[in-house]
Amino acid sequence: MSWEQLFSFMQNEILIVLAILILMMADIFTGKEKKHYIIHLANFLFVVVFLAGLNVLDKEGTLFGGSFKTYPLVAFFKSTLMAGVLLIMLQSVTWIKKELIPHGFVSEFYILMWSSLLGLFYMISSGDFLMFYLGLELSAMPVAGLAAFEFYRRRSSEAAIKMVMLAAVSSAIMLFGISLIYATSGSIYFDQIQMASEVPLLELVGFVMLLSGIAFKISLVPFHFWTADVYEGAPTVISNYLSVISKAAAVYILMILLFITLRRYEETWTVALYILAVLTMFVGNLFALRQQNMKRFLAFSSVAQAGFILLGVIGGNVLGIKTVIYFLLIYIFSNVAAFGVVHMIAMHSGKENIKDYEGLYRTNPRLSLLLMLALFSLAGIPPVAGFFGKFFLYSTAASKGFYILVFIAVVNVTISLYYYLLPVRAAFLRRSENPIPHFKSDIYSKIGFIILALGLILIGIYSPLYEYIARLSEIL
Amino acid sequence: MTDFGYTLWIPLLPLISFILLGLFNRFFKEPGAGYIGMLSLGISWLLSIYTAWQYFFVWGPAEGKYEPVIPFKMHWITFGENLSIDMGILIDPISVMMIVVVTTVSFLVHIYSRGYMHGDEGFARFYAYLSLFSFSMLSLVLSVNLFQIYIFWELVGVSSFLLIGYYFVKPSAIAAAKKAFIVTRFADFFFLVGILMIGYYAGTLDIETLNNLSFIEKIITENQGIVFMGLSVLTWALILIFIGGAGKSAMFPLHIWLPDAMEGPTPVSALIHAATMVVAGVFLVARLFPLYYHVGDGFALRVVGVVGAFSALFAAVIALTQEDIKRVLAYSTMSQIGYMMMALGVSGFEGHEGLGYMAGMFHLFTHAMFKALLFLAAGVIIHAVHSNLMKDMGGLHKYLPVTSWTFLIAALAISGIPPLAGFYSKDEILHAAFEYSTVMWFVGFFVAGLTAFYMFRLYFRIFHNKKTEYAHPPKEDSKFMTAPLIILAVLTFFVGWVFTPFSQYVTPTREVFHYEIHWTSPLVWGSILIGLAGIGAAYFFYFKPTEYPQKVASAFGAGYKWAKNKFYMDELYMFVTKRIIFDKISRPAAWFDRNIVDGFMDSIGNTTVWISEKIKLIQSGRMQEYAIYFVYGVVILILIFYYYNY
Repeated sequence: MSWEQLFSFMQNEILIVLAILILMMADIFTGKEKKHYIIHLANFLFVVVFLAGLNVLDKEGTLFGGSFKTYPLVAFFKSTLMAGVLLIMLQSVTWIKKELIPHGFVSEFYILMWSSLLGLFYMISSGDFLMFYLGLELSAMPVAGLAAFEFYRRRSSEAAIKMVMLAAVSSAIMLFGISLIYATSGSIYFDQIQMASEVPLLELVGFVMLLSGIAFKISLVPFHFWTADVYEGAPTVISNYLSVISKAAAVYILMILLFITLRRYEETWTVALYILAVLTMFVGNLFALRQQNMKRFLAFSSVAQAGFILLGVIGGNVLGIKTVIYFLLIYIFSNVAAFGVVHMIAMHSGKENIKDYEGLYRTNPRLSLLLMLALFSLAGIPPVAGFFGKFFLYSTAASKGFYILVFIAVVNVTISLYYYLLPVRAAFLRRSENPIPHFKSDIYSKIGFIILALGLILIGIYSPLYEYIARLSEIL
Repeated sequence: MTDFGYTLWIPLLPLISFILLGLFNRFFKEPGAGYIGMLSLGISWLLSIYTAWQYFFVWGPAEGKYEPVIPFKMHWITFGENLSIDMGILIDPISVMMIVVVTTVSFLVHIYSRGYMHGDEGFARFYAYLSLFSFSMLSLVLSVNLFQIYIFWELVGVSSFLLIGYYFVKPSAIAAAKKAFIVTRFADFFFLVGILMIGYYAGTLDIETLNNLSFIEKIITENQGIVFMGLSVLTWALILIFIGGAGKSAMFPLHIWLPDAMEGPTPVSALIHAATMVVAGVFLVARLFPLYYHVGDGFALRVVGVVGAFSALFAAVIALTQEDIKRVLAYSTMSQIGYMMMALGVSGFEGHEGLGYMAGMFHLFTHAMFKALLFLAAGVIIHAVHSNLMKDMGGLHKYLPVTSWTFLIAALAISGIPPLAGFYSKDEILHAAFEYSTVMWFVGFFVAGLTAFYMFRLYFRIFHNKKTEYAHPPKEDSKFMTAPLIILAVLTFFVGWVFTPFSQYVTPTREVFHYEIHWTSPLVWGSILIGLAGIGAAYFFYFKPTEYPQKVASAFGAGYKWAKNKFYMDELYMFVTKRIIFDKISRPAAWFDRNIVDGFMDSIGNTTVWISEKIKLIQSGRMQEYAIYFVYGVVILILIFYYYNY
């Protein structure tokens, strides 16, 4: 391991740490009334990190004796996550100015979010359980801090406490599972465990506990209970981050574990995922159906979406990984956009119920259009990107012969169509006596929204992107 | 080889019009927006006519057979190892016929809307939606690939959602738009699964390859062994695809959205619910006809035929009892589409055998003309009387002469009276059905009589019957509205003759086939007589106000009530969705979430701020609950793993 290798393989992580340090320093030397410059600096730094990340997309290698791995697919996925974080950062500027700066915070928001992202990067790059666990914990704890940012609101603190406590429970069970695996296989390396030939019962128990820890992060039923409470209570940008970035990373590592380490158990985890997928889709959908609060609504919708993702995971190996990563990319765009619109509206009018959205099209046409695109994408209506993502998920499950599962998914998508249309109908087809008044978004959000809208239209239609992901997945 | 490259502009022009009107609608005021739409559709229409002329007469058949042309094709998505998806344009007899139908009706509706939507605040928006719809429909019928069909199929659904829900202010319109969208989407998912199965088992979604006879033979032998519930996978795939088609074409039992969709503006009904979108299902079956015919000995095709025949009868019975003129027309459309499906279902493959197919497609063409005419005429009437209900009308003949005459022509056509368009196509269908089975023929024959009866019930009650006093004398005040009526009436007169292109070139094998009407055959006279009998009965009941209808209704008693309430289909659906899914599953789930999961904390938290310490205790209590579920989950998973490994 040379320095050169270290810097090229871990470039993303190193640069994020560097950015965090710079931001800390800058915060110390910035006067109280000049805090908003930090926002510009932070966005600038992160764009630099993101662009630099595009340069190391083709690097491949391991560090620290196999604990840390990088290869084109994971590098691409990291860039995708960074793009998602950047889009969330762009949306949060108004909120930071309004809610954080008066309480004397600015850089803390970015530092915590980036730390959490750093944790996710370690987690998805990990080659053994130690790195995996460290990454997972590093990603979870800062989010609890973020969720508590509006500490003067009861719900926000409540969300943070719930998050910490339940994450601790899940971590404890998972760690126990990992130690069982180590006890039976004598190794913590993903690829060595794979080679062990016997399957002791203890090891199976260990794997299930491990699985439940990841399922918690993806919020699969019945490990999803924290989701709605935390999403509703936490500041919207944080819910956005949780529902998109941390969920996507957890799905990624789930696939790596299942496809590489748990390959031998394919029959078994297929059944488990089948059941989890059906449960998650139905529970997510049925709860989402009658929600009035947009954040809670999106929380359950994201639970249901996780169920759909499993349709791809169940496909196994290359086909599964490429369709899921493609779907995740689209999902990031759709959900960030949906949460973004909800966030903007809550920010400017304090309203977050579906009923409040009546007549939105007349006062804020562009925002309503973005909301429509995002929800249509989540519902999987062509030609918006989400349709292609869903289509590939179905066909992956179908190619493995899970027609019944595809049918169940289809029924669920139809149910979901009903509730995804509710906000669209409120915004476009209803009139209201006092609709949400027209407001102007700040320049950062505008840029973010334009990127999101373009992404939602183009990702699906521009097929080389899918082919690129497919190519990367085959290298794996 | 003639170059058909210009056909790309046929769908592109409406798209351009949509982009102009949709994104820059601020710059276009009322007449301007209309003229942009009309211009783009007008050119598309001319191009379609030119395409038809060039394809049928200049390019001509090779050895009595029309070869398909693919003037434009691009690679789109590579999917899996050997399945790649293209996007392009396929010119063959069916697609040529369809573009002529779509552009003709769409162009006339664009003109008509200039008068009908006059003064509406969303004029430009309306034209933008119309253009979007025309674009999607044209791209759908020109598709080279099943996947491409599906994409545009959905886009057609989205644009019709926007058009039906166009009147913001009417809650019923919004509900109808949503119902139409959800019901058809539900059916579309079956379609999607069907496509996936075809893609997986046949390895291609390319329409030309799929319709190649030796290829069909190959995939049938390859997939012989894969059977599910007694039917081969390919048969299942075709049935699923047909369910998709049945959703769009309002076949029983997926028809429930169509009558409600009449809440949309009337020109929209004429375009979408008479001539174009609703026949997409028929088009789909026709497009894959060789597959339907050969796979599984045509089992899927028999399903199509039976569903079609039943829908035709079912809808005709309901149409007898409706009071709203647009609803009568809606059920009539459903009935006529059932007719077309039945025709496809009874069809054989080659030469004379393929008569049913030919007749079905021919009927699609003629029906588009006279049904669009009926809807547009209904639009004029509604515009003049400000009501949809027949009881508010009567004696309109002297107020609306053009409408009355053109309506009469269309009504005669749909009743199958020679020499109007409907006669020939209907006669061919009955002929084909007779050769297939007498039961099918009898259903068709009976429906023909019912059709004539309810159509003339409509005609007499609107234009004759009682003399209604109108507050404002109804009049035909816009040339934009009457001109399309006259054009369509002329078309209704001529297009149905047996020597016109679309009656003889659109066959399963793409070979030219001439059909002769056997004037001596009792079948021909039977179909004319039943039509006349229906008209006669309607005259007897409805030409002047009489008491007979009431007497007949009460004689039929319960039967009449059932039919009038559309056999309680809506109620059945509502029962399942509302009582079962909403009340029994979703509401308790939401209640649990709001009151137990969420409300529990809130109520305690809000009322007792001072015991914040206790809140924390209760909070942790609740998290214990969460944690216990977590542990349950782990245990169940372990059991599953254990069960599968030991």
